[in-house]
Amino acid sequence: MGRKRKAAQSLGEHVAGNGMLSRRIFLEGAVLASATGIAASSAAGEPLAVAPWMKEPGAALAGYGQPSKYEKAARTVPAPANPATVGIGTARTPLQLLDGMITPNGLHFDRSHSGTPEIDPDQHRLAIHGLVKRPLVFTMEALARYPRESRIAFLECAGNSGALYAPQAQPLNAPAIHGLVSCAEWTGVRLATLLDEAGVDPAAKWIVAEGADAAAMSRSFPLAKAMDDALLCLYQNGEKVRPANGYPLRLLLPGFEGNMNVKWLRRLKLVDAPVMSKDETSKYTILLKEGKAWQFVFPMEVKSVITRPSPGLAFNGPGFYEISGLAWSGKGRLRQVEVSADGGKSWAPAALQEPVLPKAVTRFRAAWQWNGAPTVLQSRATDETGMVQPSRAAFVAERGLRGNYHYNAIASWRIDEKGEARNVYA
Amino acid sequence: MSMRNRAVICAAMLVAASAAASAQAPQFGQPVTPADIAPWDISIGPDGAGLPAGRGSAKQGEAVYAAKCQACHGEKGAGRPNDALVGGAGTIVSDGPAVKTVGSYWPYATTLFDYIRRAMPWNETKSLSNDELYAVSAYILHLNGVIGADDVIDAQSLPKLKMPNRDGFIPFPR
Repeated sequence: MGRKRKAAQSLGEHVAGNGMLSRRIFLEGAVLASATGIAASSAAGEPLAVAPWMKEPGAALAGYGQPSKYEKAARTVPAPANPATVGIGTARTPLQLLDGMITPNGLHFDRSHSGTPEIDPDQHRLAIHGLVKRPLVFTMEALARYPRESRIAFLECAGNSGALYAPQAQPLNAPAIHGLVSCAEWTGVRLATLLDEAGVDPAAKWIVAEGADAAAMSRSFPLAKAMDDALLCLYQNGEKVRPANGYPLRLLLPGFEGNMNVKWLRRLKLVDAPVMSKDETSKYTILLKEGKAWQFVFPMEVKSVITRPSPGLAFNGPGFYEISGLAWSGKGRLRQVEVSADGGKSWAPAALQEPVLPKAVTRFRAAWQWNGAPTVLQSRATDETGMVQPSRAAFVAERGLRGNYHYNAIASWRIDEKGEARNVYA
Repeated sequence: MSMRNRAVICAAMLVAASAAASAQAPQFGQPVTPADIAPWDISIGPDGAGLPAGRGSAKQGEAVYAAKCQACHGEKGAGRPNDALVGGAGTIVSDGPAVKTVGSYWPYATTLFDYIRRAMPWNETKSLSNDELYAVSAYILHLNGVIGADDVIDAQSLPKLKMPNRDGFIPFPR
């Protein structure tokens, strides 16, 4: 059966409360006058002008392309608490200005504990040692000779959306709250290939990964993850990994919290138990309300965020709008994303933009006929394991507000009568 | 087809198969001895594996702290502009805001030594001697009441110290 265009009225049907329309508008590519309120008219009233750039030659060719001068998308870089330690902090992806699933390399988020090192790839080495039969050292030239693999994967800082642990909703925009998630195509060598070469000792159960940055940032991760889907990345979106993201070599542990994807990777030590590094004890543990803390919380759990509308992107009067955002799960593919325009009372299924890949972000889109009245927009994701993004109330009931990390509850934007969006708890 | 021809073909197939099987997976790693890797092998486990020779006390560490740490971590580890290293006792097991410090939250003393050795002082990492590392670790542990001012710590004693929040961590249930 071929694609069948539905009648206008049927495509414009409301499938949930307060103007949520069917996703068929995305799936079948039809735009409906009745649903959108767009009427054919000739409002211009004067002939179209021929622009000056059509009357003279354009700019010369460039070696490395740059965005249009009219586009100002940039990462948000909050001032460091201590001006003397400028390398500590975050640079946040402008989620509200992007579309699709891939984060451009210059806009990929960056969380750094000690600044970005300027590493000479000719001098950089990767060592694999510990509980192996043959300890080995690899030059970057040697690593480049192995068979390669690419995968599109999200990275999310464990502290992403941590602002929503605050007892009162803060007046923050999408990057300030959620901008520590990005998605890229990563290309490199399977870690399992190199571990086979080194010969894993049966006593090995964990691997300590360590970076070549000033802090020699280190984390332990299970050997099983290494044998499953860990990748030693040389390329990011087709070009060499950016310095802020680990040049010349980054460990990718798909779906696991960001800091475990160790940047500037220089050493992998196979051990029988976790090393209990600072970043797996004093940091990146989730303190619960009773006083115990969850340790070794690896996958980022199912989550979604509406990026459009969001604070700073005001709606211009009632009518048709696309609500769009990102959803992801560290445990696999997304199964479903739903959008509510009535503060969670009713939900409409969103269209999932293909491709829907495991442990990558998925772009979702929903159609909304806004009546101009204030309301609350929310999104709710479900992954292929059946995990559903929790409400804020359920999330807080389970762990309290002291966790700092792995915040994945449903987020809310309140739309006021002017079409402005604001972070609220609803 | 004669039996002889069949045998020749089978033999040829066997040769081809074994040639394919013997094609080696690419191996471009260079063997390295533990001695050569030692300068890089800075991980210290909670059992103390990897701790170097050396020793120090809080009294010795106070001067190291004042010179190398205090500008960021405040007098006696009180914090500001960067993390506090001392205090917060009783705030972890409570309903109020948690003050996470070495004394209130860190489960292993070995982690403190490991982290200072690899990542501190911030603008001059990996610059302290082993004795300075033990001494300044002892100072921070002493400020948190884990050891006395004159207690000497070394590779044997450091892993035996029981941190106040040693039993504060549980596995993620999912």
